[in-house]
Amino acid sequence: MMSNLIKKIGGGLALAMYSMLAQAEYAINFPKPVTVIAGQIYDLHMITMWIIVGIAVVVYGAMFYSILKHRKSVGHKAANFHHNTMIEIVWTTIPLLILIGMAYPATKSVLAMRDSSNPDMTVKITGYQWKWEYDYQQEGFKFMSVLSTPRDQFELKGTAAKNENYLLEVDNPMVVPVGKKVRILLTANDVIHAWWVPTFGIKQDAIPGFIKDSWFKADKAGTYRGQCAELCGKDHGYMPIVVEVKEQADYDKWVAEQKSKSAAATQDTNKVYELAELKSIGEKVYATNCAGCHQAKGEGMAPVFPALDGSKMVKGPKQAQIDIVMNGKAGTAMSAFGKQLSDTDVAAVITYTRNAWGNHTGEAIQPSEIKASRK
Amino acid sequence: MEAVHDHGHEHHPSGIMRWVTTTNHKDIGTLYLFFSLIMFFFAGSLAMGIRAELFQPGLQFMQPNTFNQLTTMHGLIMVFGAIMPAFVGFANWQVPLMIGAPDMALPRLNNWSFWLLPMAAILLVGSFFVPGGAAAGGWTMYPPLFIQGGLSGDMTIFAVHILGISSILGSINIITTIMNMRAPGMTYMKMPLFVWTWFITAFLLVAVMPVLAGAVTMLLTDRHFDTHFFNAAGGGDPVMFQHIFWFFGHPEVYIMILPAFGIVSSIIPTFARKPLFGYASMVYATASIAILSFIVWAHHMYSVGMPTAAQLYFMYATMLIAVPTGVKVFNWIATMWEGSMTFETPMLFAIAFVALFTIGGFTGIVLAVVPVDIQLQDTYYVVAHFHYVLVSGSLFAIFAGAYYWLPKWTGHMYNETLGKWHFWLSMIGFNILFFPQHFLGLAGMPRRIPDYALQFADFNMISSIGGFMFGATQLLFVIVVIKCVRGGTKATAQVWEGADTLEWTIPSPAPYHTFATPPVIK
Repeated sequence: MMSNLIKKIGGGLALAMYSMLAQAEYAINFPKPVTVIAGQIYDLHMITMWIIVGIAVVVYGAMFYSILKHRKSVGHKAANFHHNTMIEIVWTTIPLLILIGMAYPATKSVLAMRDSSNPDMTVKITGYQWKWEYDYQQEGFKFMSVLSTPRDQFELKGTAAKNENYLLEVDNPMVVPVGKKVRILLTANDVIHAWWVPTFGIKQDAIPGFIKDSWFKADKAGTYRGQCAELCGKDHGYMPIVVEVKEQADYDKWVAEQKSKSAAATQDTNKVYELAELKSIGEKVYATNCAGCHQAKGEGMAPVFPALDGSKMVKGPKQAQIDIVMNGKAGTAMSAFGKQLSDTDVAAVITYTRNAWGNHTGEAIQPSEIKASRK
Repeated sequence: MEAVHDHGHEHHPSGIMRWVTTTNHKDIGTLYLFFSLIMFFFAGSLAMGIRAELFQPGLQFMQPNTFNQLTTMHGLIMVFGAIMPAFVGFANWQVPLMIGAPDMALPRLNNWSFWLLPMAAILLVGSFFVPGGAAAGGWTMYPPLFIQGGLSGDMTIFAVHILGISSILGSINIITTIMNMRAPGMTYMKMPLFVWTWFITAFLLVAVMPVLAGAVTMLLTDRHFDTHFFNAAGGGDPVMFQHIFWFFGHPEVYIMILPAFGIVSSIIPTFARKPLFGYASMVYATASIAILSFIVWAHHMYSVGMPTAAQLYFMYATMLIAVPTGVKVFNWIATMWEGSMTFETPMLFAIAFVALFTIGGFTGIVLAVVPVDIQLQDTYYVVAHFHYVLVSGSLFAIFAGAYYWLPKWTGHMYNETLGKWHFWLSMIGFNILFFPQHFLGLAGMPRRIPDYALQFADFNMISSIGGFMFGATQLLFVIVVIKCVRGGTKATAQVWEGADTLEWTIPSPAPYHTFATPPVIK
């Protein structure tokens, strides 16, 4: 349909592009909708485009006819008219009527998409710099969802071959059952983000300090991908959204797995770990949560993101470091990880930074110390 | 009628002091235009960096934070340093000439309005060299992200303050000049449309620049004095900034396009050799657009989650703008209709303006529809939309105006062959650059990202090729301007056969002092 539009508007350039489009599978329109709302948006867009095509044919037709015929080089003499009240009334009224015609279906669609009442389930989604947290409050578990494309594929001058879903893949996708109305409650921890899945026709800003809601009901099982749509700092381009829509039975199985995982995580808060054990957990936590700013080898990116390797803070008394990791630093991108990570993960990552690269404190921070600092 | 006040010599210091101390509207107009040309190239080279990084997936040239600095500063400098000062330059040169006034009403204020600009430019350009680099939170400066930035954030805020003061002073000057210094017999409804559009634009500027100044001042105090205007934890609201910003920002969009309407409305009748169709309705349409611009701001924020009723209201109000905008396009085409057109460079740019600005208008209607906008908000579709309006709209009108009045300003004809090359390469490069971005947005590519999923690779490469072509072509414009200033065929007073406003009654180049004795308009 878009390609028809181009043909109509087209100059030579557009025609050249059109033939290219015909050869390859370029996406030139919205992706195929999987929710009723996305379908309505698709149709509204098509209606609007056709109206525009119609107007364009008339406007450009008149313009180019005039350019071809009413030129001095073909000897056309200039007329001298300069107004005509009738035609001016006509071309003010007709667009007005067209717009009223367009507003009607648009209004119906707005009312439908904003009606988040009577959901089958609710998930609270929190945006962090630069990851998403999915909190299944009714089920009692939550998890972080972070970009899973290996770093060597997207780092500066990286040469590694790129995955099929480069920059659109995460470690823990959101999972929902098919055909259920899922209400999402959106907020953010630090700056404004936006949760956007094109195939669902849903985009909602996540605003720190406020909870906004939206909803979707996916009609087809499958994996659907989106991205953060509101500039949220350095790694705005690296916080994708993946939603897996599963059949109810598979979804129930997934919920049970998540519940047992989360129960296991709470229990081991009291466990005492060996230094090596903490370091190996911490290394993974560091890679997903810290390396984006402080870099893989702790060298940081001066002056915005301080180095951890050789840092006075990291080599100094542990309580100061626990404080900053747990509570963040106001006015910077250092967020309060106490709200995002489990006691074990915080303990492990602090232990890791205090014993990695050139840092050799030999200290093992135990989860119980983190738990104590939460009080 | 003594159109030219000629004592045979010009009273002004020579060398650099001429430009520092000048109160002459023509000198100041020239300063504005050259300033905006320099800023255009600076911000344009930032855009070349953006397109180079987006040429293919992966990071080739810069870290994501640097990329964000480029997009942020490209936007800020193009809007406040290139497009707006260029139009003020046109106003300085042309408003007194077109209303038969000897100069601007407040010449010393005029000097000050200009010389504020380089100070702001130093702050903006200099912010690249402070620790942490330039501001990277987007030209819209949304908190809380903008509050996270370093020293450059403060420099940007002060630059915006200075630019705002400059705009307000300049606008007061333009309003005062137009209200008080029209030649005898030039009633409001006889003013050339360029003067009308600037008259209305100046009121918009006076109304909204203080709003922007307030918004960025609140950012500043949030950054340093914990005022929490935009921090929910302290009782504030991040979205409030967006409301205030766009209450400025939407009229700002029209500030950047209404003078362009004025330029195009001067050029099309000249080259069609036929009076402007529907002069009165053009004036009313301009005024309607200006008034409507104050009540549609939140269409930039459909995705923040406003109440449904507010979304519907802003959708209806936004769609309404299409009516007066449509009237303008119809009037331009009716002006061409049954004319006797020739296609010198100014006319080519003016026609391209009408054709391509209309595409920007069409996509504006698409974006006005709330559900569709929910999909397209913050995607490349929006990037394409506002570049169709600001590049093939505002910038092409600036080029059209420059070619149109250069002979009057310099006394020489510009090189028509080079001018035509500049036009066609710009026209083709522009469309290769921005048309594919509509597809990218529809397919789901967010804006302001340094790297992208593989499905977006082809159109990004095409877009970048168009970008480099468009960027390189602008060097031609500099060559044309320099050649025209230095020499060329002598221009007549009339210059263009079909031109009939007052500036064409004085010799080319326009003498240093004109209309010391006002002309009488019948």
